[in-house]
Amino acid sequence: MKVLAVENLGKTYSGFEAVKAVSFSLQAGEILALIGPNGAGKSTCFNMINGQVTPSRGAIEIFGRNVVGLTPRAIWRLGVGRTFQVAAAFASMSVAENVQIALLSHHRRQWRLAGWAARFYVDEAASLLSLVGMKEQAKRSCGELAYGDLKRLEFALALANEPRLLLMDEPTAGMAPKERGALMALVAKIARERKIGVLFTEHDMDAVFAYADRILVLNRGALIAEGPPAAVRADPDVQAVYLGAGTLYGAAS
Amino acid sequence: MVYPPPLCGGGRYAIVTFFLVQFVTGLASASSLFLAACGLSIIFGVTRVVNFAHGAFYMLGAYLAFTLASRLAGDVGFWAGIILASLAVAAIGALIEMALLRRLYSAPELLQLLATFGVTLAVEDIALLIWGPEDLLGPRAPGFKGAVNLLGQAFPTYDLLLIALGPLVLALLWLLFRRTRWGVLVRAATLDREMVAALGVNQKWLFTSVFALGVFLAALGGALELPREAVSHTLDLQIITEVLVVVVIGGLGNVLGTFLAAIIVAELNAFGILIFPKISIVLVFLVMALVLIVRPWGLLGRAEAAARMAGGASLARWRPFDKRGRLLAALAVAAAALFPFFAGDYALSVATEVLIFMLYAASLHALVGAGGLVSFGHAAYFGLGAYGASLALKQLGLPMEAALVAGPVLGFAGALLFGWFSVRLSGVYFAMLTLAFAQIAWSIAFQWSEVTGGDNGLIGVWPSAWAESPAHFYWLALALAALAIALLRVIVFSPFGYALRALRDSELRAEAIGLDRHRLQWIGFAVAGAFAALAGALFAFLKGSVFPDTLGIPLSIDGLVMVLLGGVGTVSGGALGALLYKTLSIWVISETDYSKLVLGLLIVALVALFPQGLLGAVQAWRGRDARLQGATP
Repeated sequence: MKVLAVENLGKTYSGFEAVKAVSFSLQAGEILALIGPNGAGKSTCFNMINGQVTPSRGAIEIFGRNVVGLTPRAIWRLGVGRTFQVAAAFASMSVAENVQIALLSHHRRQWRLAGWAARFYVDEAASLLSLVGMKEQAKRSCGELAYGDLKRLEFALALANEPRLLLMDEPTAGMAPKERGALMALVAKIARERKIGVLFTEHDMDAVFAYADRILVLNRGALIAEGPPAAVRADPDVQAVYLGAGTLYGAAS
Repeated sequence: MVYPPPLCGGGRYAIVTFFLVQFVTGLASASSLFLAACGLSIIFGVTRVVNFAHGAFYMLGAYLAFTLASRLAGDVGFWAGIILASLAVAAIGALIEMALLRRLYSAPELLQLLATFGVTLAVEDIALLIWGPEDLLGPRAPGFKGAVNLLGQAFPTYDLLLIALGPLVLALLWLLFRRTRWGVLVRAATLDREMVAALGVNQKWLFTSVFALGVFLAALGGALELPREAVSHTLDLQIITEVLVVVVIGGLGNVLGTFLAAIIVAELNAFGILIFPKISIVLVFLVMALVLIVRPWGLLGRAEAAARMAGGASLARWRPFDKRGRLLAALAVAAAALFPFFAGDYALSVATEVLIFMLYAASLHALVGAGGLVSFGHAAYFGLGAYGASLALKQLGLPMEAALVAGPVLGFAGALLFGWFSVRLSGVYFAMLTLAFAQIAWSIAFQWSEVTGGDNGLIGVWPSAWAESPAHFYWLALALAALAIALLRVIVFSPFGYALRALRDSELRAEAIGLDRHRLQWIGFAVAGAFAALAGALFAFLKGSVFPDTLGIPLSIDGLVMVLLGGVGTVSGGALGALLYKTLSIWVISETDYSKLVLGLLIVALVALFPQGLLGAVQAWRGRDARLQGATP
């Protein structure tokens, strides 16, 4: 089943074509990486899908529904989870409370004026936190978390929405190399178990080639290659514009 | 002031010329408004400080020019007086910048606004001390005493001079910013302060000189009005409201936008007098609201980077009272309930007032603390509550019990209306818009005398018989205030309160988990307004009357001082801050005629000594203790 379909997507900034006629789709349970050198249009593409940037041309369908013109909030409400390139959480709350407010919002209880918020969805929050390996930190203040933990917390916040589509903008940016693999492995495992489609951008090629089912390569706004990791790695166009003349990744395999 | 021509006779031609003259008069008023507003705008652009004392500097310019122009008689003397007065005020401004604001540039904007408000209060009383309470009429400008014939109507030549002066100053500023090294630095600092500092520019003196220039322009604007308008010690708050409206419409930090907005506001004032003689300011408000809907950062302004308005995130995690906390709170209320058994009537009425302000401060604290929405016009809802209750009693003939409901209902409705616009903005823009709305509410109460009694207020607002005695009314106030403050705490810890905090902590993240910022903050604003209105309704019954000053800027700022004293980072410390501040201020007012001077200096001292707020200071001090202990082997 298709969770995301992008047709001829394009964005022009005052005459400059940042993204040119990009088309692709994403199946439930599939992990799709969007890569490309700096300035290739990854973030623009990504932000058009999550509603932050309005496309100039083209169509975006999530779960078969046209989402062009919807706010990020409305897109989240469709059942889309999202994490940011620079992780952000609610610094004045505990780790568990962060997840609880996401759960409250998911169940549309954010307008309740009575009842202690910290007593809602205690068990659900705890199981989400243990899923991402943060059970021990549940009571800690979110403001004092290490950056890697913050990234994992963000993942838990996204999962609180019971998403069928996950949009992750550089999920491992700023993390220690060891943590990166662990987080991506976890994302892959959960995505397969729960049939969640994952679209992520990433600069860490180890993570991309190890965990993506399929890779899209953008260069100067245009899609230049698409396919499974092995095929993309072997693609001469990709090697020329993206990997340059080096054979670093080829040699590593 | 120009009045409409008699309708009989004159014909269409006379009406056309009349409107033309009215338009040109508006242009003349726009000039001094532009001078003051662009001073504020330039200061904000570089230092990111909203200089609330700008109105006070404007007023000082007018007063000093009055003295100097009268002393230095003669043709040269008048103009020398105007320039010297502006320079002197600029020097005072530079001194204040060096002594006070330099300490606050990295502090939350709330503190900068409070500090400059403290300066305003002090200056107002100093002006009263030096120049007395009477309005002062300045000398006419030599060489510009006459009038010219403008399409058959007499038009003062001085107004023509002012009309020329506005564009002249705009051109001079343009040259200053485009053609001098200093101007290039100022523009660079407006775009990116950190980068300018990293390039080795001495920021200290850049900031001081910019501040002095801005203050000079404000003082000049005030001084130049001398031949047109009487100088009074209420000029400061009057002009600061207009200036804030102008910069909000024009876009903070943009000189050209300020120029356009000054013309728009001055013309609206000139024509508003004709169309809605009683409530002309409403017209300005409508236009401002319209501009903000279409362009939230003003006509020519740019979106502000993330504001650091909210006084810093709390250092200690918020929790509802545990058993011990609840017991202590209950004991405190019980102890307060015993007060009437050994206090006299005067002490009881003071204590009731303190209780009412504890509720008022708690409602503002919920908005500022949990919501991160620093309102500079919270008194609007206190006042609406007071007027709502009084009108329900006097006009509708409802009993006190119903009036105590009607007040909060009116406050809630008012906060719904004003809040809808206000929450669309954030940071300084939010603060200024809330302030402008409060001032508009004040003007309506002041000008709509058929309903509100105007300056004379509404009197005879007495409680029902059962609550008439000071002790009974004290208990009523205690019960309602305790209940309401407890309710506010419940809301802060409810899912709704958490949603507000989530939006305060990280708007981007909160929107991305499906929280609707505008709607949640809108309702939060209205709920806080309703609680403030309950305090206002009680206040009306305590005093037996209501006056426009229940909506005034000083009351709005008092609330912020109370919240600051109690600690923004606490859940409801504002109530304790109110206990301290209100008791202190009632005592100061009973001891001296110059209470504004004392309170103003107190606020300045507080902010200068504890730039992180009292609670922040305590926590920093504790932290230092902990570090010292850790260092001991």
